[in-house]
Amino acid sequence: MSDRALRIGLPVLMLALVLLAWDVVVRAFAIPPYVLPGPGLVLNTLIADGGLLWQSLLVTLTTTFEGFLLAAVGGIGLAVLFSQSRLIEYSLYPYAVILQVTPVVAIAPLLLIYLPQPLAVLACAWIVAFFPVLANTTLGLQSVDHNLLALFDLYKASRWQLLWNLKLPSALPQMLAGLRIAGGLSLIGAVVAEIAAGSAGAGSGLAYRIAESGYRLNIPRMFAALLLLSLAGIAIFFALSTLSHMVLRRWHESAVKRER
Amino acid sequence: MPGGASSIVCLRNVCKTFESGTVALDGLDLDVRAGEFVSLLGPSGCGKSTALRIVAGLSVPSTGAVEWPDGSSKIGFVFQEPTLMPWADVAANVRLPLRLAHADDAQARDAVRQALARVGLADFAQSYPRELSGGMKMRASIARALATEPQLLLMDEPFAALDEITRFKLNNDLLRLWQELRRTVIFVTHSVFESVYLSQHIVVMTPRPGRVFADIAIPAPYPRDERFRTSADYAGYCRTVSEALGQAMAGAP
Repeated sequence: MSDRALRIGLPVLMLALVLLAWDVVVRAFAIPPYVLPGPGLVLNTLIADGGLLWQSLLVTLTTTFEGFLLAAVGGIGLAVLFSQSRLIEYSLYPYAVILQVTPVVAIAPLLLIYLPQPLAVLACAWIVAFFPVLANTTLGLQSVDHNLLALFDLYKASRWQLLWNLKLPSALPQMLAGLRIAGGLSLIGAVVAEIAAGSAGAGSGLAYRIAESGYRLNIPRMFAALLLLSLAGIAIFFALSTLSHMVLRRWHESAVKRER
Repeated sequence: MPGGASSIVCLRNVCKTFESGTVALDGLDLDVRAGEFVSLLGPSGCGKSTALRIVAGLSVPSTGAVEWPDGSSKIGFVFQEPTLMPWADVAANVRLPLRLAHADDAQARDAVRQALARVGLADFAQSYPRELSGGMKMRASIARALATEPQLLLMDEPFAALDEITRFKLNNDLLRLWQELRRTVIFVTHSVFESVYLSQHIVVMTPRPGRVFADIAIPAPYPRDERFRTSADYAGYCRTVSEALGQAMAGAP
């Protein structure tokens, strides 16, 4: 069997085995659905509650997407600003770190007090996602080939030409790695904020559905919503990996197929 | 001035001390005449690369002066590594200096095509650097240096990392280009054999601090080819230069 077939086949086989074991255990011990629903029931719930869950998914994904976009623009923008001015970098970088190391779960309730709820959720998604973009892009902008810098210097490149023609393209691989991390993190940020907001009794995102279903002991719907969230996370990761691959495939070692 | 041609660039008593306290150059005097091929030869750490960067304006002398008798010239620089942008194809890399100078589009395209043809890379304009061999990358780098039609070509050990067969081939191609284009070349190397094969005269430098130890003329006629490389004359010049280099490294003056 080829390596590729194994890479796809084995995880699928594992999934089938786990689902089978799950189903067998639920049936054999007659576990009631409000404790642990079987995989069939979860799937049925997903279809039966499809409309409601789909609406919620769209809400969460919109927040995630907006948070990601703001993180990308903010992270890259700030990194570029840092690369242009040491003073700005020294003034702001420590606070970017503080924002990152403070757990977002702890910030969310505060934000919910000061901001309207959708904005607070968005802010959480942004806070979690923006730092990896900033840190990676900064690293990329600082790792430019010294000889290429000298070359641009020799031909009297302007600051703008240097940034646009040399620094940004050479930072692209690190920038894309940062964005790939940020995609998953903005989903986490959105979910955390929705759960924090949900306990205050507002919201309609997927995470809120999970919290709400928990209060109502609607465990199958909790599982169904959780499944959708994971699928969304996987989709985001694949989308960003594909984007990264498309952009880098002609020139960067990480994306180039090696022949043996 | 002897030799007829006027100087294109002169270094006058140039000293360079780095922030770390290392004295790279101490009283370097150098006269490069228009159209000549001159090599700076010395062991690593003798400041020959520093001297080249000072000529290029990439480094500023601590004391002393760089003079351009006929006004400053357009410069092409070839680094030890090919120093190509990996995200851009060969044509875009060669075009970079023209792009930075906001050159006219059609003119730039012509200049790039011509530069690539000169180094034998006409068919590789759309290739990416990672798809090229070491020798081809270096050709692309030379094409880029030629794209702006510089009067002065500065080369910093450009072939040091290449295998011997490729190096000989590029040596021949470089000489052919030099004879066609009649530009001035300052070539930094630590290879006695390479410097003798290429140059009209060789400036042997002492290490730490770097200054001129000897200026040796290689009066063999051009075009030089493989016959010259295996001739008794060539061996003789190599011995002379080798001995001078040995004395320079013994810390003579």
